[in-house]
Amino acid sequence: MRKWISLLLATALTAAVAVACASSSDTAGGDGAADGNSVLNTVLDRGSVICGVNGQLPGFSFVDSGGEYSGMDADYCRAIAAALFDDPSKVEFRNLSAQERFTALAAGEVDVLIRNTTWTINRDTALGLEFMPTTFYDGQGMLVTTASGVKDLKGLSGKSICVQSGTTTEQNLTDSFRKQNIPFTPVVFDDEDALYSAFTQGRCQAATSDRSQLTARRKSLPNPDNYAVLDDVISKEPLGAAVRNNDSKWADAVKWITYSTFQAEELDITQASLAQAESSADPEVKRLLGKEGTLGTDMGLPNDFAARVIKAVGNYGEIYDRNIGTPFALERGLNELWTDGGLIYSPPFR
Amino acid sequence: MDEQKVPLWRDDRFLKIAGQVLVLLVVLIIAAIMVNNVTVNFRKLGLNFGFGFINSPASFGIGDSAIPYSSTDSFGRALLVGLVNTLRVIIFGILFATVLGIIVGIARLSDNWLVRKLASVYVEIFRNTPLLLQLFFIYTVGFLSLPRVADSMQLPGPTFLSNQGIYLPWPTGSVRTWIALALLVASLVLAAVFWQRRLKVMELEGASGNGYRNLLLGLGAVALVALLGLEWQAPAFANAAVTGGLHLSSEFGALLLGLVLYTAAFIAETVRAGIQSVSKGQWEASKALGISSGQAMRLVIFPQAMRVMIPPLTSEFLNLAKNSSLAAGIAYGDFFQISTTINNQTGRVIEVVMLVMITYLTINLIISLGMNLLNQRVQLTER
Amino acid sequence: MTTATPPSSAPPLNQIGAAAWAKKNLFSSVSNTILTIVSGLVLIWVVLTLLIWGFTQADWRVIPANFRLLMVGRYPINLIWRVWLALGLIVVAAGLSWGVLARNSRLFDRRGLIVLGIGAAALVIVLALLSDPISIAISLGLLALLVGLAFVGQQVGKVVPTFGNWLPLVWLVAFVIGYSLIRGFLIGRPVKGDDLGGLLLTLLTASVSIVLSFPFGILLALGRRSDLPVIRLLSTIYIEVIRGLPLITILFASQFLVPLVLPPYIRTDRLIRAVVGLTMFSAAYLAENVRGGLQAVPRGQAEASKALGMNPLLTTGLIVMPQALKAVIPTMVGQFISLFKDTSLLTIIGFTELLGIGQTILANPQFLGRNVEMYTFIGLIYFLCCYAMSIASQRLERQLNSSGTPTVAPAATIDP
Repeated sequence: MRKWISLLLATALTAAVAVACASSSDTAGGDGAADGNSVLNTVLDRGSVICGVNGQLPGFSFVDSGGEYSGMDADYCRAIAAALFDDPSKVEFRNLSAQERFTALAAGEVDVLIRNTTWTINRDTALGLEFMPTTFYDGQGMLVTTASGVKDLKGLSGKSICVQSGTTTEQNLTDSFRKQNIPFTPVVFDDEDALYSAFTQGRCQAATSDRSQLTARRKSLPNPDNYAVLDDVISKEPLGAAVRNNDSKWADAVKWITYSTFQAEELDITQASLAQAESSADPEVKRLLGKEGTLGTDMGLPNDFAARVIKAVGNYGEIYDRNIGTPFALERGLNELWTDGGLIYSPPFR
Repeated sequence: MDEQKVPLWRDDRFLKIAGQVLVLLVVLIIAAIMVNNVTVNFRKLGLNFGFGFINSPASFGIGDSAIPYSSTDSFGRALLVGLVNTLRVIIFGILFATVLGIIVGIARLSDNWLVRKLASVYVEIFRNTPLLLQLFFIYTVGFLSLPRVADSMQLPGPTFLSNQGIYLPWPTGSVRTWIALALLVASLVLAAVFWQRRLKVMELEGASGNGYRNLLLGLGAVALVALLGLEWQAPAFANAAVTGGLHLSSEFGALLLGLVLYTAAFIAETVRAGIQSVSKGQWEASKALGISSGQAMRLVIFPQAMRVMIPPLTSEFLNLAKNSSLAAGIAYGDFFQISTTINNQTGRVIEVVMLVMITYLTINLIISLGMNLLNQRVQLTER
Repeated sequence: MTTATPPSSAPPLNQIGAAAWAKKNLFSSVSNTILTIVSGLVLIWVVLTLLIWGFTQADWRVIPANFRLLMVGRYPINLIWRVWLALGLIVVAAGLSWGVLARNSRLFDRRGLIVLGIGAAALVIVLALLSDPISIAISLGLLALLVGLAFVGQQVGKVVPTFGNWLPLVWLVAFVIGYSLIRGFLIGRPVKGDDLGGLLLTLLTASVSIVLSFPFGILLALGRRSDLPVIRLLSTIYIEVIRGLPLITILFASQFLVPLVLPPYIRTDRLIRAVVGLTMFSAAYLAENVRGGLQAVPRGQAEASKALGMNPLLTTGLIVMPQALKAVIPTMVGQFISLFKDTSLLTIIGFTELLGIGQTILANPQFLGRNVEMYTFIGLIYFLCCYAMSIASQRLERQLNSSGTPTVAPAATIDP
């Protein structure tokens, strides 16, 4: 008797708290007064930047057996460290799951989230995030076995599809299949690794995710030739970094560090040709490398931040080729510079 | 005492009240600080609080759903699907775990040395390893190693078994089926009532109970007709996929099997302790009366052991209910997994955590209530 | 508690005795004979399948190749001596306790020997596969130390019977020093939470949580028995709410809610948040166990100390609580076992403790499909630890029973 009375009480109390909170919710909104204490200062004081990454995704951020991080996302973390401290190793990487990434950022556990995160309006506005320039334009695809003979989405009618929870892919999948009226059964995994392991065991006839991820995963499976990524692209997945809302100082820093890699490629400055470019007379190059003007110091960065970034990780093209282009033979496509018909475009450094 | 003027700080009554007020104050202050922090954090991040999101479309799919659901339905509906999935596992889990637990518990007391040892090896293995590990093992090694759906095994029925799960024949939703089903249920309920009456009449009045027996036979015939009247839908295998019938997914199967095997090991210990708590004299007395040992167990020992068993059994059932939340580890869409998905998509941590807590507390409350009623029924009524 | 009569206590068996034993225990009736044959066949089939699989199809290389990951995660290799040293401390404490507790009986009983034997055999096999002579030497040394200290402890226990009362302190000191060593709090470079993993993380989270939950659990238990309604109500609500919730939801809340209720300038490590969750959870169950212990202390004890003029605080602290805690030691070992198993849930929220690191290794393309080997190995570690601890707690229980301390049945079984 006692026991369930107290349980009842407990339930009632929790419910009461819920109601109380719900009724006081109106006061919780309001404008976000900018905090005078920017993450930029915190990071500079600390002497290292804490970067939330995936850690399991070859091409973006992956820990090799020696504990070293490699990949495009990891390189952008290093770029920030290089810009601030002139030392790309001043990064503390944090592996984050798809579910915990936004909380970790909101809680201040990481300074910046570079975890192949798709920019959506909901995340930008309702989750308290601020998205940085897109560093990889991706689209969602399907990984299937060649033995199944599936060639397009229609071929997946009535099949089971493995998908990761807490991702945009989960929603895109349902949306696009509903639009085309193709019935399917989702099998929703919390863990990326568990997903691909179930897929290889044949639990689902397809695995869905960003195409870059599928390509990388396919490559790492025991017999890559037994698997194929379908040509269909069912969504837009602009991947990039994210920081907390209402900290424009830090956001500006991350934003322009990212843009500097774009601009460097546009100006054809590579890691190798940096020394040469330092003595260039081109005013655009001089401004980017901090030889002229005060673009860097104006936003609280060292004036030569772009030069430091290029020295450490290279320009966008180099980052892409090193991490994705060469290992996975993935065409740049949308990720070409805008001058070559792609979407990689930096606002002027002026 | 009343004559003497006790200084305030040594007055027991005052100290007690002051202490309580102090504790309450501290708790309230901590709560207030927390609420304030939440408010500040929310404002800083531009978030807000409210359960309005429940009505917006979920736009994610759920693999297993016992009730109709499509991705255009609301988050609320998705939660309902999760709740049904959770309850489904809990109810069947409790049923099967109890049966298996009783069997193993009795086997641990068997005269047969081999049976006894086997039962205790089972109990020790399952009690001394984590449930989550068992679930991973059962799911990836057991269920996922079944043949792929393209080469499904066909069992009689027709039933198809593959690593997508099992497809069973199942009554369709036609009018005929519903009528037959209603008849079936009604005749079963009536039969139960008559059975009780018959026993009572036979016990108290010494009547033969033949009239009731004939009634029961009649009801049996009705039930049989109703059973035949069900319209079955058999699963069919075509184009490397199975359609139709009832689909129980591998994830459901793995979770259910894991929970049953794990909980049964604990229930077995409860049952063993319960049976051992019944005094030896009861066995000897029934032996002296010429009752066979099976009957003695069923009619004499077990009912008495029940009294001791029910409280610990309740906590095992509660554990099973709570453990069902480990579904998240093996891709089964239970209440908790769907809640985390919603948290992810909407960022409504506080609301989602509250919903989860209230739901599990309520489930536990219902189980405790039910077991309490059962407990009252089996306890000795002293006349 | 053993149910079956162990054969060792059966009369000595000779040829005729064996047949008689088999007739009595296996073939006493027709139905029994059928049962024996059926279960015998099942047993033979299972064992044969396992053996054939284990020696022909299984590829055990996945274990030695990842042995270090499984044990200590990404703990810095040049600091690994700290872990050895901490393990040494634990071995010292364990050996001494074993000896002292067994001061009036034999050091080895049958089950203890079996566990020790299996443990040693597993150790030797794994280490042999590892071909790492240093680790083999240290491990065997530690094993020898364990047995040696047990003998020392036995002798010390005989000379100074009260030594047993200091054991909890020995454990606490060993724990604190060991923990500080591993995390590098006192000496040298601190080790980041992210670098901890495998069995080390499992043991650390379980033991830290149980130690931290001690004060809270005791306070809650006292609160629930208090005659002050507000305090009683608050404690009861806390205990019942926590016990009504699955552990995973508490861990989830601790991961996602704690950052929100803390002021923005406090950053918490996710490992700390997980330990907070485990502690909150464990405290509620501990409180129920302690409450059981408090109820087992005869009322006369409190009344007598009151009559002696002790105030309630002293009565509780010096008279009632020590007896209550002593009575629930076996139950608490049981709770530690449960918590030890429950830390596996950290896998779901993304930690690489023993089970989590196993999952990560299985995702490595090189070891894809080695699930059975990996899970069997992890299961064996869990089993050995839990089984050894439960045997220890049974011995403790017997010891306490014989020394006239009131004991209680577990008031609460703890589970995720």
